[in-house]
Amino acid sequence: MLETLAGALLGIGILFTWAGAIGLLRFPDFHTRLHAAGVTETLGMGAIVAGLMLHAGLGQAALKLLLLGLFLFVTAPIASHALAAAARHGGLRPRAEEAGPSPKR
Amino acid sequence: MILVAALALILSMALVLARALRGPTRYDRILAANILGTKTALLIAVYGFLDGRPDFLDIALAYALINFTGVVAVLKYASLRRSGRRDGPGEA
Repeated sequence: MLETLAGALLGIGILFTWAGAIGLLRFPDFHTRLHAAGVTETLGMGAIVAGLMLHAGLGQAALKLLLLGLFLFVTAPIASHALAAAARHGGLRPRAEEAGPSPKR
Repeated sequence: MILVAALALILSMALVLARALRGPTRYDRILAANILGTKTALLIAVYGFLDGRPDFLDIALAYALINFTGVVAVLKYASLRRSGRRDGPGEA
Protein backbone atom coordinates (compact mmCIF):
# COMPACT_ATOMS: atom_id res chain seq x y z
CA MET A 1 0.00 0.00 0.00
CA LEU A 2 2.75 2.39 0.97
CA GLU A 3 4.74 1.19 -2.03
CA THR A 4 1.95 2.04 -4.48
CA LEU A 5 1.60 5.47 -2.91
CA ALA A 6 5.34 6.01 -3.21
CA GLY A 7 5.20 4.87 -6.82
CA ALA A 8 2.31 7.22 -7.55
CA LEU A 9 4.19 10.16 -6.02
CA LEU A 10 7.26 9.30 -8.08
CA GLY A 11 5.08 9.18 -11.19
CA ILE A 12 3.57 12.58 -10.45
CA GLY A 13 7.05 13.97 -9.84
CA ILE A 14 8.26 12.61 -13.17
CA LEU A 15 5.29 14.17 -14.98
CA PHE A 16 5.93 17.59 -13.47
CA THR A 17 9.65 17.36 -14.19
CA TRP A 18 8.97 16.50 -17.83
CA ALA A 19 6.43 19.31 -18.10
CA GLY A 20 9.07 21.71 -16.84
CA ALA A 21 11.72 20.42 -19.24
CA ILE A 22 9.36 20.62 -22.23
CA GLY A 23 8.26 24.09 -21.17
CA LEU A 24 11.90 25.11 -20.94
CA LEU A 25 12.30 24.10 -24.57
CA ARG A 26 9.08 25.49 -25.99
CA PHE A 27 8.43 28.83 -24.29
CA PRO A 28 9.23 31.91 -26.37
CA ASP A 29 11.05 34.16 -23.91
CA PHE A 30 13.57 33.93 -21.08
CA HIS A 31 11.19 35.15 -18.39
CA THR A 32 8.46 32.67 -19.33
CA ARG A 33 11.03 29.87 -19.37
CA LEU A 34 12.22 30.98 -15.94
CA HIS A 35 8.69 30.72 -14.61
CA ALA A 36 8.07 27.31 -16.17
CA ALA A 37 11.35 25.83 -15.02
CA GLY A 38 11.23 27.20 -11.49
CA VAL A 39 7.67 26.29 -10.61
CA THR A 40 7.56 22.82 -12.12
CA GLU A 41 11.02 21.94 -10.89
CA THR A 42 10.07 22.74 -7.30
CA LEU A 43 6.85 20.75 -7.54
CA GLY A 44 8.41 17.78 -9.32
CA MET A 45 11.29 17.74 -6.88
CA GLY A 46 8.87 17.80 -3.93
CA ALA A 47 6.88 14.88 -5.30
CA ILE A 48 9.96 12.79 -6.08
CA VAL A 49 11.45 13.44 -2.65
CA ALA A 50 8.12 12.60 -0.98
CA GLY A 51 7.89 9.36 -2.96
CA LEU A 52 11.42 8.39 -1.97
CA MET A 53 10.66 9.23 1.65
CA LEU A 54 7.66 6.90 1.64
CA HIS A 55 9.80 4.23 0.04
CA ALA A 56 12.48 4.61 2.69
CA GLY A 57 10.15 4.42 5.68
CA LEU A 58 10.92 6.00 9.04
CA GLY A 59 14.61 6.44 9.69
CA GLN A 60 17.73 8.40 8.93
CA ALA A 61 17.31 8.24 5.15
CA ALA A 62 13.89 9.86 5.37
CA LEU A 63 15.32 12.65 7.52
CA LYS A 64 18.09 13.35 5.01
CA LEU A 65 15.57 13.34 2.18
CA LEU A 66 13.42 15.78 4.12
CA LEU A 67 16.41 18.08 4.57
CA LEU A 68 17.21 17.84 0.86
CA GLY A 69 13.62 18.60 -0.08
CA LEU A 70 13.35 21.55 2.29
CA PHE A 71 16.64 22.99 1.09
CA LEU A 72 15.68 22.76 -2.58
CA PHE A 73 12.22 24.10 -1.79
CA VAL A 74 13.70 27.21 -0.21
CA THR A 75 16.57 27.85 -2.61
CA ALA A 76 14.79 27.28 -5.93
CA PRO A 77 12.68 30.48 -5.61
CA ILE A 78 15.75 32.40 -4.43
CA ALA A 79 17.68 31.27 -7.49
CA SER A 80 14.74 32.17 -9.75
CA HIS A 81 14.58 35.64 -8.24
CA ALA A 82 18.34 36.10 -8.61
CA LEU A 83 18.09 35.04 -12.27
CA ALA A 84 15.24 37.45 -12.97
CA ALA A 85 17.05 40.30 -11.20
CA ALA A 86 20.30 39.62 -13.06
CA ALA A 87 18.46 39.53 -16.39
CA ARG A 88 16.77 42.81 -15.52
CA HIS A 89 20.09 44.43 -14.64
CA GLY A 90 21.60 43.03 -17.79
CA GLY A 91 18.95 44.74 -19.84
CA LEU A 92 16.92 41.74 -20.94
CA ARG A 93 13.39 43.00 -21.31
CA PRO A 94 10.39 40.66 -21.04
CA ARG A 95 8.50 40.23 -24.25
CA ALA A 96 5.35 41.52 -22.60
CA GLU A 97 6.97 44.93 -22.38
CA GLU A 98 6.93 45.28 -26.15
CA ALA A 99 3.37 46.52 -25.79
CA GLY A 100 4.52 49.25 -23.42
CA PRO A 101 6.79 49.71 -20.41
CA SER A 102 5.81 48.54 -16.94
CA PRO A 103 4.59 51.30 -14.62
CA LYS A 104 7.40 52.66 -12.50
CA ARG A 105 7.13 51.87 -8.82
CA MET B 1 9.52 2.20 -10.32
CA ILE B 2 12.67 3.80 -8.98
CA LEU B 3 14.50 2.65 -12.10
CA VAL B 4 11.78 4.30 -14.20
CA ALA B 5 12.19 7.49 -12.19
CA ALA B 6 15.96 7.48 -12.76
CA LEU B 7 15.57 6.96 -16.51
CA ALA B 8 12.90 9.64 -16.72
CA LEU B 9 15.17 12.07 -14.85
CA ILE B 10 17.99 11.36 -17.31
CA LEU B 11 15.64 11.99 -20.24
CA SER B 12 14.47 15.30 -18.80
CA MET B 13 18.10 16.29 -18.24
CA ALA B 14 18.72 15.70 -21.95
CA LEU B 15 15.84 18.06 -22.78
CA VAL B 16 17.20 20.76 -20.47
CA LEU B 17 20.66 20.27 -22.00
CA ALA B 18 19.15 21.13 -25.38
CA ARG B 19 18.09 24.49 -23.96
CA ALA B 20 21.53 24.98 -22.43
CA LEU B 21 23.10 24.53 -25.85
CA ARG B 22 20.54 26.58 -27.77
CA GLY B 23 19.47 29.38 -25.42
CA PRO B 24 20.12 32.62 -27.23
CA THR B 25 20.97 34.65 -24.13
CA ARG B 26 23.43 33.76 -21.41
CA TYR B 27 20.66 33.81 -18.81
CA ASP B 28 18.94 30.93 -20.58
CA ARG B 29 22.11 28.93 -20.23
CA ILE B 30 22.53 29.77 -16.56
CA LEU B 31 18.91 28.82 -15.92
CA ALA B 32 19.42 25.51 -17.67
CA ALA B 33 22.58 24.88 -15.65
CA ASN B 34 20.68 25.54 -12.43
CA ILE B 35 17.91 23.14 -13.40
CA LEU B 36 20.46 20.52 -14.45
CA GLY B 37 22.15 20.84 -11.07
CA THR B 38 18.90 20.30 -9.21
CA LYS B 39 18.06 17.30 -11.33
CA THR B 40 21.56 15.93 -10.75
CA ALA B 41 21.07 16.11 -6.99
CA LEU B 42 17.77 14.23 -7.39
CA LEU B 43 19.39 11.68 -9.67
CA ILE B 44 22.10 11.02 -7.11
CA ALA B 45 19.46 10.48 -4.42
CA VAL B 46 17.41 8.16 -6.65
CA TYR B 47 20.49 6.21 -7.67
CA GLY B 48 21.36 5.74 -4.00
CA PHE B 49 18.02 4.07 -3.55
CA LEU B 50 18.57 1.94 -6.64
CA ASP B 51 21.91 0.68 -5.44
CA GLY B 52 20.83 0.24 -1.83
CA ARG B 53 23.38 2.72 -0.50
CA PRO B 54 21.76 5.40 1.67
CA ASP B 55 25.06 7.32 1.93
CA PHE B 56 24.37 8.83 -1.47
CA LEU B 57 21.83 11.13 0.15
CA ASP B 58 24.68 13.02 1.81
CA ILE B 59 26.29 13.52 -1.59
CA ALA B 60 22.97 14.74 -3.01
CA LEU B 61 22.59 17.25 -0.18
CA ALA B 62 26.15 18.51 -0.67
CA TYR B 63 25.64 18.85 -4.41
CA ALA B 64 22.42 20.81 -3.94
CA LEU B 65 24.35 23.27 -1.77
CA ILE B 66 27.19 23.54 -4.30
CA ASN B 67 24.76 24.04 -7.16
CA PHE B 68 22.90 26.88 -5.47
CA THR B 69 26.06 28.70 -4.41
CA GLY B 70 27.57 28.27 -7.86
CA VAL B 71 24.55 29.64 -9.68
CA VAL B 72 24.36 32.74 -7.50
CA ALA B 73 28.11 33.29 -7.95
CA VAL B 74 27.88 32.96 -11.74
CA LEU B 75 24.97 35.40 -11.81
CA LYS B 76 27.03 38.03 -10.05
CA TYR B 77 29.63 37.61 -12.75
CA ALA B 78 27.30 37.19 -15.72
CA SER B 79 26.20 40.76 -16.27
CA LEU B 80 29.73 42.13 -16.50
CA ARG B 81 31.84 42.33 -19.61
CA ARG B 82 35.52 41.43 -19.58
CA SER B 83 36.47 45.07 -19.03
CA GLY B 84 34.24 45.11 -15.97
CA ARG B 85 31.51 47.23 -17.54
CA ARG B 86 27.92 46.02 -17.64
CA ASP B 87 26.74 44.93 -21.01
CA GLY B 88 23.55 43.80 -22.68
CA PRO B 89 21.85 40.46 -22.52
CA GLY B 90 22.87 39.37 -25.99
CA GLU B 91 25.31 36.73 -27.03
CA ALA B 92 26.87 33.84 -25.20
